[in-house]
Amino acid sequence: MKKKGKGISSIGYATGFFGGADPNQAEISIKMDGTFDLLMGTSDLGQGCKTAYRQIAAEALDVPVESIALNNSDTDFIPMCLGAFASRATFVGGNAIIAACEDLKRKMREFAAPMLEAKPGELEIGDNKVFVKGNPEKSVGMADIGGASNFGGAYLIGTGAYIPPGPMSPDPKTGAMPLLSAAAFAACVVEVEVDTETGVVQVLKSTHAYEIGKAISPLICKGQINGGAAMGIGMALSESAHPYWPSVDFPADTLGDYVIATAADMPVEDHYEILEVPHPDGPYGAKGFCEMSSNAQIPAITAAIHDAIGVWITEFPTTPEMILRALEDKER
Amino acid sequence: MGKYIGQPIPRYEGLGHVTGTTRYVDDVSLPGMLYIKALRSPVHKGIIHSLDVSAAVNMPGVAGVITAKDIPGQNAYYATDQPVLVKEHIRYKGERIAAVAAVDEDTAQEAVEKIKLDIEEQAPVFDPFEAMKPDAPKVRPEGNLWEFNSGRRRVLRKGDVEKGFAEADEIVEHRYVEKMNDHAPMEPHVAVAYIDENDRLAIHTVSQARHFHLTQLCPVFNLPISKVHLIGGTVGGGFGGKNEMQCEHVAGVMALKLRRAVKFRLSRKEDLLYSTKRGAFVFDYKSGVKKDGHVTAHQVRGVHDIGAYHTMGEYAVEKQCLYLAGPYAVPNVWYDGHAVFTNKPVASSMRGFAVVNVTYASEIQMNLLAEAIGMDPWEIRFINAWRDGDTAPTQWKVVAAGLIESMKKAAEMDGIELPEHLKAMSSRRR
Repeated sequence: MKKKGKGISSIGYATGFFGGADPNQAEISIKMDGTFDLLMGTSDLGQGCKTAYRQIAAEALDVPVESIALNNSDTDFIPMCLGAFASRATFVGGNAIIAACEDLKRKMREFAAPMLEAKPGELEIGDNKVFVKGNPEKSVGMADIGGASNFGGAYLIGTGAYIPPGPMSPDPKTGAMPLLSAAAFAACVVEVEVDTETGVVQVLKSTHAYEIGKAISPLICKGQINGGAAMGIGMALSESAHPYWPSVDFPADTLGDYVIATAADMPVEDHYEILEVPHPDGPYGAKGFCEMSSNAQIPAITAAIHDAIGVWITEFPTTPEMILRALEDKER
Repeated sequence: MGKYIGQPIPRYEGLGHVTGTTRYVDDVSLPGMLYIKALRSPVHKGIIHSLDVSAAVNMPGVAGVITAKDIPGQNAYYATDQPVLVKEHIRYKGERIAAVAAVDEDTAQEAVEKIKLDIEEQAPVFDPFEAMKPDAPKVRPEGNLWEFNSGRRRVLRKGDVEKGFAEADEIVEHRYVEKMNDHAPMEPHVAVAYIDENDRLAIHTVSQARHFHLTQLCPVFNLPISKVHLIGGTVGGGFGGKNEMQCEHVAGVMALKLRRAVKFRLSRKEDLLYSTKRGAFVFDYKSGVKKDGHVTAHQVRGVHDIGAYHTMGEYAVEKQCLYLAGPYAVPNVWYDGHAVFTNKPVASSMRGFAVVNVTYASEIQMNLLAEAIGMDPWEIRFINAWRDGDTAPTQWKVVAAGLIESMKKAAEMDGIELPEHLKAMSSRRR
């Protein structure tokens, strides 16, 4: 018999290193034609930080995103990044980029001042040009600044860094460690179908709402939510490095034994929305959230299984064997 | 929405990824490049008495073999914890002992099988609860429990749990069991190392944390940071597994010894068996709740099975303290968290690091508490949800909370009609 059930979960997740003090640097310079080189030390694992970084730089400089080339390839020239982990890359790296862009804007205003016969403080940067405040007609475009600086013996380069407060260790007596860069939130509703003959659980529908501060790059965020949901379903139902635990004699050594979720395991109905409660310290209000997108499914699926068959199975992955054993125990 | 911020623009390197033109580390091929295979421990625990690599060295097609004694600097990384190549004490099955570089992987593997290894097998321990017993086989000479700054367990004490239990109308106790996971990224671990034209060591890496790894690798190579550079930044999935190194150190030592370009890559099988894991967890929760839905206390005992080396195992237990009570304002929280060594592959960072584990337990616990007082699972969550100014178990003061809004939105999207008094709530200050 196939039984349906519904479960919910609501979760939070921290941005950045526990204990704080996890730094990033950023570097941006104007090229000969008025486009930009953005150097970052953060690896893009697929989470999409390259995309988000270009958007942050484009916003900070008010220049087209297409004019920003990002290179993060070689530690010989990339600025320091502690690492692409702890859902920190956008938050910490983004703040470093904004600082670097402010530095470059200051240098561009100084460089353009004689060109516009004005003082640097009278100049603004916007719409891909430097212009006199209140008189945007009197302006010099980025292409001219790039050409005039690079061929004129100047090197306009902005550098910036950001480090959250810290470091701090937990108090030995109380465990208190009150620092945190930011926290994001999510709520999840999952509907499953449990086959009581085979023990197989299929997720039919999942609904998520993620509050992640300002979503810098909404398409990338949605990709994270989809990918994270797949990982969460795998962890909830099938992924175990030791499928025969407590025996360690047959560890999973193929993707046939280590069963990650595939397209066939994904819910037919999958809904998600992004909410934004801007964080005061985040770049344009962003929080970190990449990791948490695989956290909500597992408890929600467990609750949905309980709703379907009336048993709490509080061990993951919850395999078909565990479902069948739980049903047997229930009948006894 | 800004001009660029908040715009759904396409992924920067997306076209390259989906058309197969992105160059990953395994796509790097250099003239005369050699391939590495590692000799790995066939036992879970033991002592190496002797290692004879002569038959491997002398095999046609083999360019060189390295063992612990070929490491120019310290044979350890991650706070002198893990050896690059084991000299004496084996702590998990599959630990690296030696590495062979040859013209191709088959030849290298054949040579690995010719290495004579005299190893005395010892009794291992796999179950963390067994490992915590005083007479358990020692995974580490200092004992099987990680020493935190609060002793051999992470201590967290917020409020007074006994007072919280006394105030409660119902008490719920439950155990949660969570298995070891693998990252299983699309791209397994791989590194390419060579001495560049300036006599500097260059390593193409899948690292998620290259500057951190530079600080870990240079003492192994006995080189200043100016003599080493790591090339990468475009990685085929990591999920935390590439905060750890599986190939870079071995490839670098081999390149320094042979002064040839070398590639060391793990097959899917090797990657699944030997790379780091998400550690297994067991949590025992005892929680109190009032009839009106307010959670009064959580008393939690946690056991984190961190495998044979600590790397980030203790960090996991510390990080999860923030979410011991979930994203809920609970006045009294008590935690004893243990990080336990076992003779299993190393547990380290993985997506949602340790928080996913404690979230699972605390979320189900919320459902059980709701059941105990006959309350709807949404309502108990709304009542306790963090709001601005609330205090986490770690004493963090909540800023920019958004849980209540997330729950309202998820319910609305799923067609669930929440009662008006819940819909009227917000995450702003109480």
